[in-house]
Amino acid sequence: MDMQVAKKKLGLKEKYQVMTRDLDWTPTYQKMEDIYPYVHYEGIKIHDWDRWEDPFRLTMDAYWKYQAEKEKKLYAIIDAYAQNNGHLNVTDARYINTVKLFLTGVSPLEYMAHRGFAHVGRAFPGLGPRVACLMQSLDEMRHLQTQVHAISNYNKYYNGFHDFRQWYDRVWYLSVPKSFFDDAITAGPFEFMVAIGFSFEYVLTNLLFVPFVSGAAYNGDMGTMAYGFSAQSDEARHMTLGLEVIKFILEQDPDNLPIVQRWIDKWTWRGYRVLTLVAMMMDYMLPKRTMSWKEAWEIYFEENGGALFRDLSRYGIRMPKCAETIALEKDHLSHQAWCTFYNYTAATAFHTWIPTEDEMQWLSAKYPESFDKYYRPRWDFWREQAAKGNRFYNTTLPMLCQTCQVPMLFTEPGDPTKICYRETDYEGMKYHFCSDHCKEIFEHEPEKYVQAWLPVHQIYQGNCFPEGTDPTAEGFDPLKAVLQWYNIVHGRDNLDFEGSEDQRNFAAWRAQATRNV
Amino acid sequence: MSTVFIAFQTNEETRPIIEAIVEDNPHARVNEAPAMVKIDADGRLIVKRSSIEERLGREFDLQELHINLISLSGNIEEDEDQFVLVWKN
Repeated sequence: MDMQVAKKKLGLKEKYQVMTRDLDWTPTYQKMEDIYPYVHYEGIKIHDWDRWEDPFRLTMDAYWKYQAEKEKKLYAIIDAYAQNNGHLNVTDARYINTVKLFLTGVSPLEYMAHRGFAHVGRAFPGLGPRVACLMQSLDEMRHLQTQVHAISNYNKYYNGFHDFRQWYDRVWYLSVPKSFFDDAITAGPFEFMVAIGFSFEYVLTNLLFVPFVSGAAYNGDMGTMAYGFSAQSDEARHMTLGLEVIKFILEQDPDNLPIVQRWIDKWTWRGYRVLTLVAMMMDYMLPKRTMSWKEAWEIYFEENGGALFRDLSRYGIRMPKCAETIALEKDHLSHQAWCTFYNYTAATAFHTWIPTEDEMQWLSAKYPESFDKYYRPRWDFWREQAAKGNRFYNTTLPMLCQTCQVPMLFTEPGDPTKICYRETDYEGMKYHFCSDHCKEIFEHEPEKYVQAWLPVHQIYQGNCFPEGTDPTAEGFDPLKAVLQWYNIVHGRDNLDFEGSEDQRNFAAWRAQATRNV
Repeated sequence: MSTVFIAFQTNEETRPIIEAIVEDNPHARVNEAPAMVKIDADGRLIVKRSSIEERLGREFDLQELHINLISLSGNIEEDEDQFVLVWKN
């Protein structure tokens, strides 16, 4: 006869022990180094993998339960938004270009993060980090899927959403986020964790998601708000994994410190350069602004990152070296980026525009040191020229930085009137950089960065035209050929917002939604 | 002193959580942004299960925080009864 035994509920710590650590075993018929071949070559020394702590102590059963709940909430909102023609409630149709930028520049990174965490999770001999990486890998796949589902609704109505996967591999400005992540996943497992888990997730991700998502909420985009917050709810766990990874590595062996510090210096800078796109989104692309890029940087990097690096100073870690350069750029970054996109919008899959007078006043107020002096005069000039029928499109391709792949648009630290150029020689070839930091990253691992697929070089070498194109034919138009190869439709997906099909359609549909026609 | 923070979506599920945090952390500052509430506190912030349960009128598992969590900063110390964010400097 069965005895009734009162079931004792496991405490959080016991449950975590039983459902993660106890699942591991020691292999007997294969050598550890054959099973985990990537764990030593970076020089990181780990003596005891059991010292790894997951402060959330999340087990797989609880993970599935809470993730399922997040998904149900998210898809209920996405459906409601679509059923209610929610896209017509955004502030104005310029806003939709921020969603294009997100889908093409950020969503593919989610997929790369999925791959990256699956890979490094497999590479670590410790069960604690392996389970945490497994969860993050699944999260990242979920983020891509939910973003594609939510944004596919926009693809039914607007241009610039139809081929994000191919654009990620081909389009010039998207090589910036792509090369950033390719750099991370081709590094060793510990560097990947410091790059993505710590530097990107912990130090920089608030700057990416909070402004995008808060900006979406402010501009009436419930779909983006829903997937953004749903992704962000996983982010707190990712950030914690990133911080634990750093503390764990540093506590394991004092020899790890200089290696980790170098990675933090490198990846904070690499991540910051990618965030150039976010800076211009916040200051120029959101019709209704939440906060300026500079304010966001001050809260999430200077204040919050400052606290983090003071906390880590007990291990000997210091603030990343690039923080000083970034502080000098914060008054200029978004302006220089949007000016560049305005010049090159013939080759983008979204529209650009000149800020309105109201928006320029906002920019003056937020950037009293820089906007009126350096950037307002440019916008005034370009607006005058456009009114005379001389809308300026730059057709000379820009020089790119070998490391971050951003066009050379940044100015000298402390002198916003002079473009910053750096160069170095390697095996008889000259390489160009946007900054001392990108140059230093290259010089530490030149054999890696000489392999960079630089869009401008590739176009000039003739590798970015449709098959069968004859560049020597009379009347050959290289821009047209490149756009064909991208699958960007000239006159529809690119150029000014003013006069675009998106603008006309949005105005017509909104009118239909509010009147009986 | 360094600031820790925790941010939640603004909705009916988080209202009692935020109320509980504010009561348990008199030094905390509440910042309301579009669709988001961010709570900053110098040095340390505590989230107590019992305070949330009192307001909800039901049992609450602190891991439920994850559903509406947006972001946080600080070292985490968590057990069944409380969730603490702290900078050790």
